[in-house]
Amino acid sequence: MTSVFYISSGIAVLATLLVVTRTNIVHALLFLIVSLLAVAVDLFVLGAQLAAALEVIIYAGAIMVLFIFVIMMMNLGKAEQEANRHRRSPAWLAAGVLSAVLLAELIYVMVANPGPPVGPGNDPREVAKLLYGPYVLAVELASLLLLSGLVGAYHLGRPEQSRAGTARRLDGSPADSSSGSARPTGLGRAERKTQLGAVVAESSGHDSAAIGGSNAGSGPVPTQEEPS
Amino acid sequence: MSQTTFYILLIVVLLAALLTMAAGLIFLERRLLALWQERYGPNRVGPFGLLQVLADIIKLLTKEDWVPRFADRPVFVIAPAIILVATMLSFAVVPFAPGLCVADLNIGLLFFLAMSSLSVYAVALAGWSSNNKYALLGSMRAIGQMVSYEVFMGLSLMGVVAMTGSFRLSDIVAAQERMWFVFPQFAGFAIFFIAGLAETRRLPFDLPEAENELVAGYHTEYSGMKFALFFLGEYVGITLISALIVTLFFGGWYGPWLPPVAWFIIKTLIFISSFILLRGSLLRPRYDQLMAFGWKIMLPLSLVNLAAAGAAVLLKDH
Repeated sequence: MTSVFYISSGIAVLATLLVVTRTNIVHALLFLIVSLLAVAVDLFVLGAQLAAALEVIIYAGAIMVLFIFVIMMMNLGKAEQEANRHRRSPAWLAAGVLSAVLLAELIYVMVANPGPPVGPGNDPREVAKLLYGPYVLAVELASLLLLSGLVGAYHLGRPEQSRAGTARRLDGSPADSSSGSARPTGLGRAERKTQLGAVVAESSGHDSAAIGGSNAGSGPVPTQEEPS
Repeated sequence: MSQTTFYILLIVVLLAALLTMAAGLIFLERRLLALWQERYGPNRVGPFGLLQVLADIIKLLTKEDWVPRFADRPVFVIAPAIILVATMLSFAVVPFAPGLCVADLNIGLLFFLAMSSLSVYAVALAGWSSNNKYALLGSMRAIGQMVSYEVFMGLSLMGVVAMTGSFRLSDIVAAQERMWFVFPQFAGFAIFFIAGLAETRRLPFDLPEAENELVAGYHTEYSGMKFALFFLGEYVGITLISALIVTLFFGGWYGPWLPPVAWFIIKTLIFISSFILLRGSLLRPRYDQLMAFGWKIMLPLSLVNLAAAGAAVLLKDH
């Protein structure tokens, strides 16, 4: 088990290095997913099975999927990759300083208290008791943060007419006048709504026509999948 | 026989059974659909057309394995493997009979949810790396659909978890010795069934590969063995969802007279057939209808179901 731990730790470090050196952003994200999965293996070997499962479900399975989703929509081509290769921004200096501080802290903690970490272990019930007992304030704060994110996403995802207020609707123009005008950003907007989930129904088929086109004539006759 | 040999043997048998099952399902699906639509279906190759599957496999294996020049080669190659690996790994936590389970984890249900959330990457990367607009549109639909339906797929199972008090699948089956969970948790079962359909991208939720709008969706550019992997992944996915419905809501291996494994297989086959029947009888919704149905009906329903289950458990304890 110790060797499994060190192998997956090595993979995590290597994959993370590859994340920051790739110029193709989708490849970088894929290495980030590999790194997250490797950390999940580490947690599992250490005995924190619940944390390992949550790492895969939440980070690898939900958050990174949305990252990939957004990057896919942008459809960055070769030009962007080339630009990334020659980009020299001084911003890396600040990030480097912050990471160095974190690294120093990590080394200090490891030297100061050696030995395996202690915690509630892998019983979901014990973790839940801690979360809704002494740490309930942190849980509530996190849910507040998520709620504010949801409200903000809803505001951004609404069709422009309804965001501008009801003034135009009083003029007699229909609320959903966007259906006729083929906006160049139509696809991107519709997709962003899909990602934000709850907002998509708002557009009721007009903006999302690009992805959810009409479906007339799709009878129950299945043909496409059968290898004939 | 030592513990290790037993588990290695179990894994080998399980993998062989799953792959055979997936191939057999192709035949079963075509025959059943044909019967329900008053056709014959494949009936020429071998007795009852049984060898049709073999012919299909040989055709798929001997086809030219082609990667388009404009595709992102490494990602294009790895994408079909992800879907099969992720769905097959989930079978590790499914208990087929008492003591017959590859890894009876105490977080078994969470392991299944983790693996099913990873299979999203297969369709996402397939669509992106193909560099084809139909493939990209198909995989965008697939991501939106799978990420949304995953939310209440997890929530619908929490009622069962609350009643059992454990994420371990064998505990969940053992808790159903007196009564199947489908009776107290019917809403949970219905939601899980629908979410399972969406996760496996079967009709009526096969918008990611709607052939009359998107050619073949995310696997437009795939051919030969790589296409076969997507195909296989779909059938293994159907088997997985059916096996989990049986485990979580229909008492797993429990049943009179027959041995436990037989009951498990019979119940699973019934649900696989119902998946096929749905494909033969339902229409595809529009994409916005799919999303609205998910977030406006299924999500509130699963939350109410969870609250009710929690209240019932609390009332029983006091």
